[in-house]
Amino acid sequence: MGAFLLRRTALLVPVVIGITLAVFLLIRLIPGDPARVLLGIHATPDALAALHKSMGLDRSLAAQYFIFLKALIRGQLGYSYFFSEGVSDLVLARIAPTLFLIGYATALTVLIAFPSAILAALRPNSIWDQAVRFASIFGIGLPGYWLGVVLVYTFAIAIPILPVAGYGETIGEHFTFLLLPSLTIAVSLVPLVLRALRASVMETLRAGYVDTARAKGLAWHRVMGRHVVRNALMPAVTVLALNIGYLIGGTVIIENVFAIPGLGGLMILSIGTRDYPTIQAVTLVFAILVVLVNLATDLIYVVLDPRLRAVIR
Amino acid sequence: MTTASLPAGSRPARRFFRRRPPRSLLIGGGMILFWIALAVVGPLVWTADPTALNLGDSLLSPSFAHPFGTDNLGRDVLLRIVNGASVDLQIGLFTVLPALTIGSLVGALAGYYGSFADMAVMRLVDIVVAFPFFVLVIAIIAVLGPGLLNMYIAVGLVGWVSYARVVRAEMMVAKQMDYARAARVLGFSDARILLRHLMPNVIVQALIYSTSDFILGILLGSSLGFLGLGAQPPTPEWGVMIAEGYSFLARAPWISALPGLVIVALAAAFSLFGDGLADYLRPEIDR
Repeated sequence: MGAFLLRRTALLVPVVIGITLAVFLLIRLIPGDPARVLLGIHATPDALAALHKSMGLDRSLAAQYFIFLKALIRGQLGYSYFFSEGVSDLVLARIAPTLFLIGYATALTVLIAFPSAILAALRPNSIWDQAVRFASIFGIGLPGYWLGVVLVYTFAIAIPILPVAGYGETIGEHFTFLLLPSLTIAVSLVPLVLRALRASVMETLRAGYVDTARAKGLAWHRVMGRHVVRNALMPAVTVLALNIGYLIGGTVIIENVFAIPGLGGLMILSIGTRDYPTIQAVTLVFAILVVLVNLATDLIYVVLDPRLRAVIR
Repeated sequence: MTTASLPAGSRPARRFFRRRPPRSLLIGGGMILFWIALAVVGPLVWTADPTALNLGDSLLSPSFAHPFGTDNLGRDVLLRIVNGASVDLQIGLFTVLPALTIGSLVGALAGYYGSFADMAVMRLVDIVVAFPFFVLVIAIIAVLGPGLLNMYIAVGLVGWVSYARVVRAEMMVAKQMDYARAARVLGFSDARILLRHLMPNVIVQALIYSTSDFILGILLGSSLGFLGLGAQPPTPEWGVMIAEGYSFLARAPWISALPGLVIVALAAAFSLFGDGLADYLRPEIDR
């Protein structure tokens, strides 16, 4: 396992270099002096000259990139003149709500999709199965932000039982404040997972080892839990992993619908104020997040299917 | 084949469809035609200005005079939805077309020439897909500035990778086929082999993918409109309308609710059409 982790992490190096390169070049796409772009309206001649020197703007692009990388490794993502704060602190303060939202939404997706898919697969063509298929066709076209607006109306205005703005103070409050936002994201993910999971459960149910398990008199819940669901999980994990970028992108817009003080809210705010150091940093953090989640997914594969350990090594 | 040899009951040739198309293809297609017709004919028949202010009529609930109610500036919501149809269909088209064109070309060249070109393209693809799609699009719009045109550029810059992957994979298979080898033996130029012989064969998969991408493009465009990064007010874009109504949700929920329902209906049409098309083109896959 240790060797696998090491090898898998080493593979990430070129991807991470590519990501940092893209984020570095992003700011340089803006016409004009990058130092002036980063400073915005706060550009005094002194500040400009200082930033010129620290970014190495009088040197080659490659040298500038290395300066950028060196600062990154030390955790320096730049300085936001709009917030008068280091961007690293800004990002750190807002990463928790976003991570909470992503984890919560994933958990809800699993909680909704798995029982529905198993029920649909157990009784093909039943009313339940038809409903699941209907949901997977129409759910894909549901605009997440609009669903968020509808949920705000339903649960905060028509029947005011849930908070709909912010993040709350305590863990318990996080769960109630983020319930609707997470549900909104889950609803757009469920159709994707549902489709894959329904098909794979149906296939697993036909497998010989399931008959064996039944024939030797195992209780139904053991057959389902240990034999069917565990084997049917792989395709569902793949679909979830493939859509993790979609999930993370979705948090940007949902955070803005529900006024959650996370990275997505920060990103849109920074666009309005042309706070480029912050935009740059948030983009980078989101990309690194995707890389880490993909790494975690590979580990989950190995846990779910021990055969892979041999293959990957 | 003569008419007499056909099984009883089937009509002779010259039918539009070779096989009986799935019902979902026809229903979805019909719904799409309805929306296109609405986008084209609607503004010609109902010539009122969807952006004209009428403050005396603000926040009126749905009635006979205003079936979908009015918004905070007294503009008829139905009128704005009808005029928004062309905006959102245009968004679907212009988010898909550049990505499809650039991606297919780049993918075809990478797959055909292989070696260095292929490696360079695939490394670039790796970097782009490392970012969450939506985040990278937003970051590029942040650099270029909000607005429809910059949104199209941003989506094109990010979206081409899926097409490039699909077409590259197809191209790597197709260039080994006998017809491609024959064309090479005949001494045709690379350009002719690529464009006249290979492209028509490798593009099919990308075109099928683009039908499902169309609705994703509309959803993306309306999300960006909602965030203030795509179409700008007072354009009657559906996402922009949902955002405008959000501030008045308690008093006038119809301003946000109805444009969203319209997006769902349009998306359902494309979803049905795409499913039906996939069934029709790949009938051997049993469901």
